[in-house]
Amino acid sequence: MSSALSGIASILTPTTLLLMLGGTVMGLIAGALPGISATMAVALLVPFTFSMPPLQGLALLGAIYMSAIYGGSFSAILINTPGTPSSIGTTFDGYPMAKQGRGWEAIIVATVGSVIGGIFGVIALAFLAPPLAKVALKFGPPEYFWVAVFGLTIIATLCSKSLVKGIMGGLLGLLIGTVGIAPIGGDVRFTFGMPALQGGVELVGTMIGLFCLPEVLAMILEGSDKRYERMDIGRRQGILWEVTKKVLAQPQNLLRSSIIGTVVGIIPGAGGSIANLVSYNEAMRASKHPEKFGTGLIDGVIATETANNATVGGGLIPLLTLGVPGTPVDAVIYAGLLIHGLQPGARLFTHFGDITYGFIFSIFVATVMMLPVGLLLGNALHKLVSQLSVRILAPSIMFLSIIGSYAIRNNIMDVWVMLACGTLGFLLKILKVDPAPVVLGLVLGPLAEQGFVQGLLIGRAQGIGYGIFFTRPVSILLIVMTVVSLVWPFVSAWSRKRREKGAGANA
Amino acid sequence: MRLRRLSVILVLLGLVALMVAHVTAATFPERAVTYLMCFDPGGESDITARLQQPYLEEALGQKVVITYKVGGGGAVGWSELVRSKPDGYLFAGCNLPHTIVQPMQRGDAGYTTDQLKRIYCFESTPCALVVRVDSPFKTLEDLLDYARKNPGAVTLGGSGSWSANHLGVIELERAAGVTLTYIPFTGSGTATPALLGGHVTGLMTYTTMAAQQRENFRILAVAAEKRSAVFPDVPTFRELGYDIVEGAYRGVSAPPGTPDEIVKILADAFDKVNRNPEFIKKMTDLAFDLEYMGPEEYTRFVEERTAYYRELLKDMDITQ
Repeated sequence: MSSALSGIASILTPTTLLLMLGGTVMGLIAGALPGISATMAVALLVPFTFSMPPLQGLALLGAIYMSAIYGGSFSAILINTPGTPSSIGTTFDGYPMAKQGRGWEAIIVATVGSVIGGIFGVIALAFLAPPLAKVALKFGPPEYFWVAVFGLTIIATLCSKSLVKGIMGGLLGLLIGTVGIAPIGGDVRFTFGMPALQGGVELVGTMIGLFCLPEVLAMILEGSDKRYERMDIGRRQGILWEVTKKVLAQPQNLLRSSIIGTVVGIIPGAGGSIANLVSYNEAMRASKHPEKFGTGLIDGVIATETANNATVGGGLIPLLTLGVPGTPVDAVIYAGLLIHGLQPGARLFTHFGDITYGFIFSIFVATVMMLPVGLLLGNALHKLVSQLSVRILAPSIMFLSIIGSYAIRNNIMDVWVMLACGTLGFLLKILKVDPAPVVLGLVLGPLAEQGFVQGLLIGRAQGIGYGIFFTRPVSILLIVMTVVSLVWPFVSAWSRKRREKGAGANA
Repeated sequence: MRLRRLSVILVLLGLVALMVAHVTAATFPERAVTYLMCFDPGGESDITARLQQPYLEEALGQKVVITYKVGGGGAVGWSELVRSKPDGYLFAGCNLPHTIVQPMQRGDAGYTTDQLKRIYCFESTPCALVVRVDSPFKTLEDLLDYARKNPGAVTLGGSGSWSANHLGVIELERAAGVTLTYIPFTGSGTATPALLGGHVTGLMTYTTMAAQQRENFRILAVAAEKRSAVFPDVPTFRELGYDIVEGAYRGVSAPPGTPDEIVKILADAFDKVNRNPEFIKKMTDLAFDLEYMGPEEYTRFVEERTAYYRELLKDMDITQ
């Protein structure tokens, strides 16, 4: 206990706090820029921490990590481009809000949600790490397969208006996900003789292409300088507290999203990109008015932004207790720990308690820091984007899109892929096909494939073959969740129709 | 007359250019060099490069910039390397057996093994066969006995397909006359929870990972020539009667056509880093085995291993 306190005390020094403030600002900017993901931002900073005392270095990395995940919401809300894959779902309701002149409101919602989710994850990390880490180990290949299948059922909820279009999008995403070297077996697939495609199609470039480019093109075609309806609500006095109250009035949504984020973070290999979509799906299912999702409802923004920041604390649980990174960013932090001579595992909590608890506390502090820093920066960004003329805004976004899709892997092929996806996205927009299922297929396809092949290999070795997918308790739970998720949109639509009929009859 | 004057000027210019070229080689590097990483940040290659960086800057007297070009098990970066300017300012971390087996197995990997101009090989991580600490298999023989009685029932996870881990399992099958089931994962990091959670019988992993998880893993054997300094009590496969030496060897290579003088300057710098006591301590603490192969030795080693893998994979029907 005393070591924990000394760790906490060493965080509360001016140098460390200042460093963390710098990290928070950097993380926010990196997160808001599509193309610089949280993983990249942390990786870029790791070498600078070598010369620092371990705790200071870790506090800096933690601050960047937390705020980069949050920063992704800015571009999702303002220009319909998830700054990191963790904010894909934020575009669904955040961007419509911005279009209605409620961009500032959406940013406040995202900020409050992120802070609450972040704190929830950190609390789970501080007090429940060892038992929760055991949960992570229950997930073997068959469970990963079912997690991915469950994730794909989100399409049924997202695209309940046109399921066929949703499934088409999902299949397209799955197909794009097979490009490159097969994760299992190492076969070369769909590279069309181009060595650069061996690395597969990058998620971020695809996302920029599908979400952002069509909006820019639409902006140019409309040619109007009034892209956002300027409503007075955006700048009214007292709006900050008013919106915060609206967010806090949804305790169930906050709690559910926080739990989803933490749990998905704990499962190694998943992370924020999956957590935010699962959370959006569940928020929609629990809602009394699911049909309003996607039209600029704060519920959706709360769900995604709370969940993705909760993955930060969740992902650190298996890392610190087992040495198993929960998310890709954690793998980079892992290397940072190792280079500082800190071996994850039980010893981290006993022998290096001051550093470990200090680190956990620093993430808590960084999350709280996000509130003022994020609001200041978000306000400035919102003003900038909503006041710029299309003539400046459209080429600037184009420029950032190209730089961003190149920067993610220093691969010019990713720029071509981004432009191709942009064209595709524009066509899909005209055909009124939602691009979200495409991204979902791309994220979940490789996870499903690996889980399936590994699971089948293990099943055959055990002599039960495909049986392995249906006999393990966690798998069965996931199958039940999948079926419920698949059937629910139809049940809900049916009961709504019945209700409406009933109401009509009464009147 | 004009033609003669022109030719004089051309000859003079040519001489100047030659001198400049010579001077360039003598004073290389004159600006920052780029150290290309073909694997994700946080992995073994990246950790090594990050530890080398400050000492390498000292040895070269220039900044060393680490950039990433990740994908295709390293092939995306390596195919970029072989198409880059051979002036020594760009070199990449190159791993064995990857840079040998990928061109064999994929047909067109975007590069060939001999296109990579080997500079220096600085470390290796031998394969290690591990089970969970509570496993009934106390020794290698326990595990192999079970595998002999139940062909294919032992599942061994590892990092990647046709990787050192995968090849290690194939070699063990051949040497011991057993059938094992190899389960490829996307990295040593993702294979670890599969063993901790009991989803596979064991792992063919690297000594570095075994060291990180030494509280949870029991190491049955190490596929190195001599016992590892980190696990002095763990026997090698050879001691137990199975002639397996397998692991990942990490070094750096330059684009084809890079002048030998420049390669030598870089190799000397890496050699100097490898002999720095501070660096040695950091690396051995993380269970890396240091290697000291200069350009000729490294190239020879690649040729030996190429012949060996071609033989090993000959009847596996994967070579193109």
